Amino acid sequence: MEQQDDTPDTIGNARASVACMTECLRADMPRQPVVHVEAIRKTYGKTVAVDEISFDVHEGEIFGLIGPNGAGKTTTMECVEGLRRPERGAISVLGLDPIRDAYALQNRIGVQLQEAQLQKRVKVREAVGLWASLYTKPVDGTRLLEQLGLSEKRDAWFMTLSGGQKQRLFIALALINDPEVVFLDELTTGLDPQARRAIWDLVRGIRARDKTVFLTTHLMEEAERLCDRVAIIDHGRMVDIGTPAELVLRHCPERTVFVTSDDPAAEERFRAIPGVALVSSDGPRYTIRGSGADLVTRVIGCLAEHRMGVVDFRTEVPTLEDVFLKLTGHSIRD
Amino acid sequence: MLRGLWQLTWLEIKIFVREPMGVIGTVAVPVVFFVVLGRMFGGRLGTPVADAPRVVTVDLPILASILISLSAVVSLVTIVSIYREGGILKRLRATPLRPYTILTAHVIVKLLLTAVTLGATVLIGRRYYPIDGDVPLAAFALALLFSTVSILSIGFLIASLVPTARFAQPIGSAILYPMLGLSGLFMPLDTLPPVLQTEGRMLPLTYAVSLLRGIWHGEGWLAHAGDAAVLALVFLLCTALSAKVFRWE
Repeated sequence: MEQQDDTPDTIGNARASVACMTECLRADMPRQPVVHVEAIRKTYGKTVAVDEISFDVHEGEIFGLIGPNGAGKTTTMECVEGLRRPERGAISVLGLDPIRDAYALQNRIGVQLQEAQLQKRVKVREAVGLWASLYTKPVDGTRLLEQLGLSEKRDAWFMTLSGGQKQRLFIALALINDPEVVFLDELTTGLDPQARRAIWDLVRGIRARDKTVFLTTHLMEEAERLCDRVAIIDHGRMVDIGTPAELVLRHCPERTVFVTSDDPAAEERFRAIPGVALVSSDGPRYTIRGSGADLVTRVIGCLAEHRMGVVDFRTEVPTLEDVFLKLTGHSIRD
Repeated sequence: MLRGLWQLTWLEIKIFVREPMGVIGTVAVPVVFFVVLGRMFGGRLGTPVADAPRVVTVDLPILASILISLSAVVSLVTIVSIYREGGILKRLRATPLRPYTILTAHVIVKLLLTAVTLGATVLIGRRYYPIDGDVPLAAFALALLFSTVSILSIGFLIASLVPTARFAQPIGSAILYPMLGLSGLFMPLDTLPPVLQTEGRMLPLTYAVSLLRGIWHGEGWLAHAGDAAVLALVFLLCTALSAKVFRWE
């Protein structure tokens, strides 16, 4: 009986230790990145489009190249896709060389190109059908169109689709071969905010299916909401790389809290909070500045501790937009 | 190897038929044109009196074939440049479709188009221009296919070089149609001044005309082996060159 009682536990332990070993192995061994880019350079005449850019994209993440138009994002991405050949440097995608192994790679990646078009009078289902016929293991096109909300447009000509519908069709074409990595170049440019949000949900859906997403965008809001990690590109060079939160903390650690309180001792108490650099007031409206992610927590702690009456509370956290401005000295919209 | 060729070809045919202007311009206009021409001159032009001066002689079937094939070539140049400018070629390139599969599909579409247009012209024009029973139609069709493929390869080269879709049609026409004047179709080459004769001999179309005319009048392929060789050479040269200079975007 004892043994029987023991059995489940032993198995449980064994499972736990196997899981731990797998975890440890995973943590110890450098996992092969899905995309590895090392010091690539690409010039057009005298213009250096991409200058010594290096980065890795990991499995299952949404990785974004961000920067203004003309920064070199698309050129970099098209080198990775095998559509352009960099003059220097090395690229590997899923362990393959994008130029040499182009045809082997095309079966395993999905591509959406910036400003691509299809034949004006091709029907949505015909385009999906053609694409499906090109790959070895296509997914069900009808279901894919359903998932992307294009079922009603199956028989519509490409030229009659709206901008958002065209982009959804291009996402469908990029997903038809059940790819391991999906490349999306300026996916939401020119779309209205509503269509943009819908597309973001679709991209998150791609990641949820265990695929890796590599995208470019010049919209900092998009990068911040969508990307697990981003690389900031400016004038063909990579400025920094990390999660949006990391980048913000690294380059713009300042936090500002606005509190409206009629507590007479408010200013004094705010000044006493560790990490606070500056407190200014305009009547009962206080502006508290400091650095570090926990400034807001501390201010809330202070308010709670002293049971201060608060009429209004607002925080200002820097965004990737501020990071970009700080790192490059110019706004991304310039 | 040619994965997707039939799907793409079939798709391009459907897309072509959906564009009314294209169908009217490429199929209907030539048919009407040659029927009208045949009605007006059919009797006089088609059957020249044996000792009439050859200077004014036009072989209507040859003219029709060549013009229809040239219009297919110009339409190929146009469509390739529209596809390039619109980013369609680029999008297709980022798939397992091989470059030559895409181009082959377009060539097949254009050849089919040429065949349909010619077939319609012959069928409708029969009344005004009866074809002699002894015309070797199968051999002529083969010669026409041979010539058209060769001229299509010139079209490729032009398509590889024209900068934008807006210029594709005018540039294509400006290069291709003037060749007709010196091709010996309207005037036999040896009646031209020596300079123009030399020039005429340098144009690929001259050999297409010579081959087509010869086959139509019942001469054998052997008699025109030289023409066929030149056309084959043009095809190889233009295909190789355009493979080198072709731009996808």
